[in-house]
Amino acid sequence: MTAIDWDLVLGSLGPLVGGAIRGTIPLALASFAAGMVLAVAVALMRLYGNRVVKAAARLYVSVVRGTPLLVQLFVVFYGLPSLGLTIDPWPSAIIAFSLNVGGYAAEVVRAAILSVPKGQWEAAYMIGMSRRISLSRVILPQASRVAVPPLSNTFISLVKDTSLASLILVTELFREAQQIAAFSQEFMALYVEAAIVYWVVCLALSSGQSALERRLDRYVAH
Amino acid sequence: MSPTKPAPASPLLSVDGVSKSFGEAEVLRSVDLHVNRGEVLAVIGASGSGKTTLLRCLNGLELPDAGRVTIADTTVDFSARPTSRELRALRDRSAMVFQHYHLFPHRTVLENIAEGPVVVQRRPRDQVRAEALALLENVSMAHRAGAYPHELSGGQQQRVGILRALALRPELLLFDEPTSALDPELVGDILALMRDLAAEGWTMVVVTHELQFAREVAQQVAFVDQGRVLEHGAPAQVLRAPREERTRQFVHRLLHPL
Repeated sequence: MTAIDWDLVLGSLGPLVGGAIRGTIPLALASFAAGMVLAVAVALMRLYGNRVVKAAARLYVSVVRGTPLLVQLFVVFYGLPSLGLTIDPWPSAIIAFSLNVGGYAAEVVRAAILSVPKGQWEAAYMIGMSRRISLSRVILPQASRVAVPPLSNTFISLVKDTSLASLILVTELFREAQQIAAFSQEFMALYVEAAIVYWVVCLALSSGQSALERRLDRYVAH
Repeated sequence: MSPTKPAPASPLLSVDGVSKSFGEAEVLRSVDLHVNRGEVLAVIGASGSGKTTLLRCLNGLELPDAGRVTIADTTVDFSARPTSRELRALRDRSAMVFQHYHLFPHRTVLENIAEGPVVVQRRPRDQVRAEALALLENVSMAHRAGAYPHELSGGQQQRVGILRALALRPELLLFDEPTSALDPELVGDILALMRDLAAEGWTMVVVTHELQFAREVAQQVAFVDQGRVLEHGAPAQVLRAPREERTRQFVHRLLHPL
């Protein structure tokens, strides 16, 4: 066993944090944003669509949840080119991650919408709202309070899952660590260092989650 | 605030042959009702008689299987499934006060009252806010304009529920057992407010167990039993000298619970 090369560890901090800021975090944010749009659409399809629409939404959720994320990523990046569709690493990663998040978050959104009492729909209809306006002004704001804790977990999982993008050549936190480790042969130091950077990012997200929950809870009795 | 139209004696609400079943259970069997402008109709009956379902059919929260509902010049025939546009046209004519208030918990008192006028009716926000504050002032709640519903007592929540209905400037007010969820000491305030509204000339349909209120405020009382209007007439007649044995029993039980 050799001593830890502290100069290497300190010198690597810049590239690793840079990988988080330029790769991991934007990748997670973009995928989560797109995934949430998808999730709300799929949840509404499952709740209010006709039979065909409902079945399509169920199939999508089932496929996403029933297959590994790594396989989904490889299908998009390495599989599609054989059909003549070549997509760059970054867009490939965002497509795969947002499809994945969309599938998981759709179920959360659906359950949250169902948790809003029926009387809220009735009050919205009573004052003359259409179903669409009732959803956007009355139901979804209340559902969001219920959905935030589970969706925060989904987001934190996504941040860690973006490390898989290193396998399709996206330069992010973990790929930076791999490259420095391969060059210096200091695997333990670099991978533990990468783990710590992920951990710090997720700690920050958790405290952001708490703040958001407090804000959304301001109209609820305790 | 008073009703937007003067109150000549002409039918504002007409219910013709309204029927409704939930699965096998026939909840309403061809109900007919007429309420003139400026009148108060009290609907009484045992729980499960269909009186709340009847009220909810008036604004399409329940869809009757058959029959017609007319409010002012808007008629919806329920023998065919009404479009959402038709339902909204009917709902525009009335406003409902719910037993359990159903205020929007994520909005303040003022926002609850202003939501319909601003978002649905697209009236100017400043004007609606001023009107809502004036309404709150009338019920001594202006200082609670910024509170959230969970910070209010039940009686205050129901007052906001009533103001939310008034702010829509409907032609017809529907009350679904508005005092049944309240603590006994808070019932009087709400009934007094409803009495004031009746005196101002609002047309009201009130589903209630408050027989004294019905006797003093309503022009008509309808006794609903097993999905039919079994007896219908002036309060003095229906409540004091009922023709039907079942009405007599119901009134007696309510007046002498022990």
